[in-house]
Amino acid sequence: MPTLRQLVYQQRGAEVLDLVADVLVIGGGPAASWAAVTATGAGARVIVVDKGYLGTSGATAPTNTGTWFVPPGAGREAAIARRQLLNGGLADPRWVDRTLDMAWQRLHTLADWGYRFPRDDSGKPYLANLRGPDYMAFMRRRVLRAGVAILDHHPALELLVDSGVIAGAAGIDRQRNRPWRVRAGAVVLATGGCAFGERILGATGLTGDGYLMAVEAGATLSGMEFSAQYACAPKQSSLNKGMPFVWASFFREDGTRLDSVGKERQVVVAQALLDGPVWAQLDRGIPELKQWLRQAQPNCFLPYARTGVDPFTQRFPVTLRCEGTVRGVGGIKLMGDDCSTGVPGLYAAGDAASRERLTGAITGGGGPNSSWAIASGSWAGRAAAEFAARETGRIRDRRAMGLGRAGLRPAVSATSDSSPDDILETVREEFLPLERNFFRRGAMLRQSLDRLDRTWAELRDHLPGEGLGAVKSREAAALTATSRWAYASALARAESRGMQRRLDLPAADPEFVCSFGVSGLDRIDVTRTAIPGAAVA
Amino acid sequence: MIEIVSSDRCIACDICVKTCPANVFDPVRQKPPVIARQSDCQTCFLCEIYCPTDALYVAPCAEGPTGISEAEIEAAGLFGSYSRELGWRRGKPGGSDKDPTFRIRAAPR
Repeated sequence: MPTLRQLVYQQRGAEVLDLVADVLVIGGGPAASWAAVTATGAGARVIVVDKGYLGTSGATAPTNTGTWFVPPGAGREAAIARRQLLNGGLADPRWVDRTLDMAWQRLHTLADWGYRFPRDDSGKPYLANLRGPDYMAFMRRRVLRAGVAILDHHPALELLVDSGVIAGAAGIDRQRNRPWRVRAGAVVLATGGCAFGERILGATGLTGDGYLMAVEAGATLSGMEFSAQYACAPKQSSLNKGMPFVWASFFREDGTRLDSVGKERQVVVAQALLDGPVWAQLDRGIPELKQWLRQAQPNCFLPYARTGVDPFTQRFPVTLRCEGTVRGVGGIKLMGDDCSTGVPGLYAAGDAASRERLTGAITGGGGPNSSWAIASGSWAGRAAAEFAARETGRIRDRRAMGLGRAGLRPAVSATSDSSPDDILETVREEFLPLERNFFRRGAMLRQSLDRLDRTWAELRDHLPGEGLGAVKSREAAALTATSRWAYASALARAESRGMQRRLDLPAADPEFVCSFGVSGLDRIDVTRTAIPGAAVA
Repeated sequence: MIEIVSSDRCIACDICVKTCPANVFDPVRQKPPVIARQSDCQTCFLCEIYCPTDALYVAPCAEGPTGISEAEIEAAGLFGSYSRELGWRRGKPGGSDKDPTFRIRAAPR
């Protein structure tokens, strides 16, 4: 039997690339990589399709990220208990424990495979950190070595279904302008979170595509109200990397110092930014930090090096960048330990999946999300392979109906007054401003939601999705839908908790130690469910 | 944003066309690729480190082009500066084993 990569090559001149696999993984970051490697290890023939390039796609590749790396035993129980006090009571200690357990195992596997971890002073590999570009280049080689066919620059536009069971996906090769279709026994969505069009490295292209495809297939999202994570960055830069700012002082335009020590940095900076420009200086660390930070986080220092600023001795303007659900929480609701979504044959992993059970109402940015990508990718990959094994022999014969609607097949006529770029601007205007999303108010949420609902109705009815243009149209549809799901959830959670900061309802309410699921496209349904294992706040 | 593909340095290998996650470049037969969709650039700097000849320059401004010239970048020694700091060479990974982040995490806050 020819390999999948041979089959791709054989079809290089065909009008449509048409393939059959056991498991199709959609996405190109760490969760997709671990899902692909694990599914292959479980005996599946696997194809990965990604909008970009597996190795540079996603929020991990351009950065340096911690891992949540805690050995089993009493120390782990204590670490879980410490975090339970911070996460608003919404996480599930059982899920935290199993995530830590799987990440612990897989990070050791990564070391065994030969990924070059640094060694600490005792000579042991330090597994609690991964350098993004190196990690993802390494994962690409592992995925290829496993025999997976990687289709870079092949954005998925829609899922395919047969009698209620997911049957694959279809999209377009955006570099050759050629449609593709993969019929598969199971699909893993590892498409990342949504940054709502913010200009941040690794995440501008994360537009909620997987959420839209999942909801079109009948899945539910959860934790979408926790989409107000923001990070400090040098003004106008893409560097939403918080670590150097741990040792920063912040100043108002008139030079007075912000009282940020011991407080939640983002909140202090956000409040000051509402009044005027904010400046920072990295002046609070021990002298050795300068060298370590420069060496460990060289991309964080590119804005200074390339504009001639010494951030340790000079003040520079800063801003807050919206990280949406990338470092927020929300995503596709998982219905079981295997990362199933409630839609037969559809699994979710990484930031595409809700991390509410891992991190509750607070950010999982850095270590927790990185360990989550490894763990959930591994679970989803295995489960998808097992599901597909039950379908083997029938995959090729299934009827595969496309589920994509808004941005692909306009309901009325392809005659939109608004372009995808116009829609992107609308989403940015409603979702990025601090006074709308970081600090929320019921009335303003409703006002934004009204505008986004109108935008949705217009694009659903009229936005064309032909050829290569379908990529941007579908992104515009996904961004609009995701904003609506986030704000509808934010209205339902009539309180403040974690990163949901309601100025009109500033206190946490014990009534809301619960999870909100959100689903639906034209009519959005928000439903509350109890959280197993949740502590009372 | 991506601002410069140096025609002096570029060997037309088209690796940037393949590796850019935002599909910013278009290949040109036997010539340097062109920046075809600059506004799609997410300023991740990864094209720079994948370039085997340090021919690309990404300005740190994510909002729009700054208009910096190839001569200015060359004079300031900025071609390949990010790769050198990481320890990547000729477009290949290197240096992750020298990452001192574990020291930063242990530093007093």
